[in-house]
Amino acid sequence: MNTSDIFNFLKPKNELENQGNAVDNHPYIPDELWVKCPVCKTPVLSADLNENYKVCPKCGYHFRIAARQRLEWTVDDGSFEEFDKDMVSENVIDFPDYSRKLKNARLNSGENESVITGKAKIGGYPVVIAVMNSQFMMGSMGTVTGEKITRAFEYAVNERLPVVVFTVSGGARMQEGILSLMQMAKTSGAVKLHSDAGLLYITVLTDPTTGGVTASFAMEGDIILSEPRALIGFAGPRVIEQTIRQKLPKDFQTAEFLLDKGFIDAVVPRSEMRETLAKILKLHSFDTKTTEEGGRNECI
Amino acid sequence: MSAFDNVTAARANNRPTAVDYISRIFGDSFIELHGDRRFADDKAVIGGIAELCGKPVTVIGLEKGRSLKERMERNFGSAHPEGYRKALRLMKQAEKFKRPVVCFVDTSGAYCGIGAEERGQGQAIAENLMEMMTLKTPILSIFIGEGGSGGALALAVADEVWMLENAIYSVISPEGCASILWKDSGKTAEAAECLKLTSQDLFGLGVIERIIREPKTVDSIMFDSLKNLIAQTFDKLGALDTDALVLKRYNRFRKY
Repeated sequence: MNTSDIFNFLKPKNELENQGNAVDNHPYIPDELWVKCPVCKTPVLSADLNENYKVCPKCGYHFRIAARQRLEWTVDDGSFEEFDKDMVSENVIDFPDYSRKLKNARLNSGENESVITGKAKIGGYPVVIAVMNSQFMMGSMGTVTGEKITRAFEYAVNERLPVVVFTVSGGARMQEGILSLMQMAKTSGAVKLHSDAGLLYITVLTDPTTGGVTASFAMEGDIILSEPRALIGFAGPRVIEQTIRQKLPKDFQTAEFLLDKGFIDAVVPRSEMRETLAKILKLHSFDTKTTEEGGRNECI
Repeated sequence: MSAFDNVTAARANNRPTAVDYISRIFGDSFIELHGDRRFADDKAVIGGIAELCGKPVTVIGLEKGRSLKERMERNFGSAHPEGYRKALRLMKQAEKFKRPVVCFVDTSGAYCGIGAEERGQGQAIAENLMEMMTLKTPILSIFIGEGGSGGALALAVADEVWMLENAIYSVISPEGCASILWKDSGKTAEAAECLKLTSQDLFGLGVIERIIREPKTVDSIMFDSLKNLIAQTFDKLGALDTDALVLKRYNRFRKY
């Protein structure tokens, strides 16, 4: 730790630890100077953790991070333009207590919904990007979540842009009943529209990605990446254990497990994510028409 | 009838299952086709081809089984990924041979288990949602009993979705909802009410196009009229050109 880190707590809070409540620029006093890694139990200085993309320097555990923080670490500085920022959910089927939960989720996360969408650049390449937020009702997919994602894909079709989606979700939002289930079909339709237009879609699965999001747009990418050790599945591990009445094997439903079973393309550490995305985007950005004029000439 | 009474009725053991609908509507013309060509034949999904009023049709059903032995063989109607992949294979075949697809949905949900996860339950469902959205042939899904979440939706990205009067369709079972939200399985009936899962509720929400009235005891009149309705609907949908059909399906789901 260098000395300037000591003064990190004087920085605006959206530049720092940022657990999703970064809506203002009040000086931020970190809750804890030291954080204990939940996996290896090593105490880590908060400031050091932030310098390390919130990855435990000892065991490589990737802490869950807020969507705004992830955006900041993924897209080129100042390139992000948000879509549909003010779109908010309503209690459409009048589900008990849902209005209060929505209000709390907005307060706790500082966001209006469980996904942030917009356009940005990654390594100079323009993309449409959607980042889900575990701090908003565990990233559950409601009507507005589905609508924002669908609009993002439709925008990308019109502008002929690739799409990058970071997923984190407990699944469909049951407080919206069947309408949350319909978001799975709606978003899948938008992904298909984008795919049929010949455009690139990259998904990045983060911890945890389960339920209706796994069973829709999370698994529909042309290229599917994941952060290390992320929990990825259709049914959650507890539900499976209750159903089959036996303990699950170690590492079951981890990113590495899915890689081994052939369901994802690569496990990429957070520190390499931006660069990896830029490389993939570059390989999909060549104008194939130029080859007629001898575009492939650099190495021949 | 309360919502929970409706849940009980939808799950009743004496309720006709997909094989009953298939035999009563398509009779001897049904030929079962097996397997996903990748891993196995999932007996929770029954599929094949049949004749409907003089025209070919692809038929797919989620089958719970009737006796205990059958139920165990059918895994109580909870499909594994290979079941959804078999269904998609048959739908692609229907597209190739330009015949419509009718799905009979009756499942408490896609199976939760080690094998199901290892073989990509989420991926299998996701692929069905995506591919069904642009399938270039008419699709009709009829909920005959339980419509449990993603496992039901994977056979219901259709041009029209119908429900038997006492069928249900829900994002989560009322038991699951009560235990997750209220940590209280005693609140199952309340959860059933809140989830808006009855055919009336879903018609009101614009999620289904039609409710099929159920007689007190199942009779041939119900199957005959259902058969005619299916044939008429396929004639109507078949008259659209495929681009218009696919666009209409996209917009059907886009509105939610």
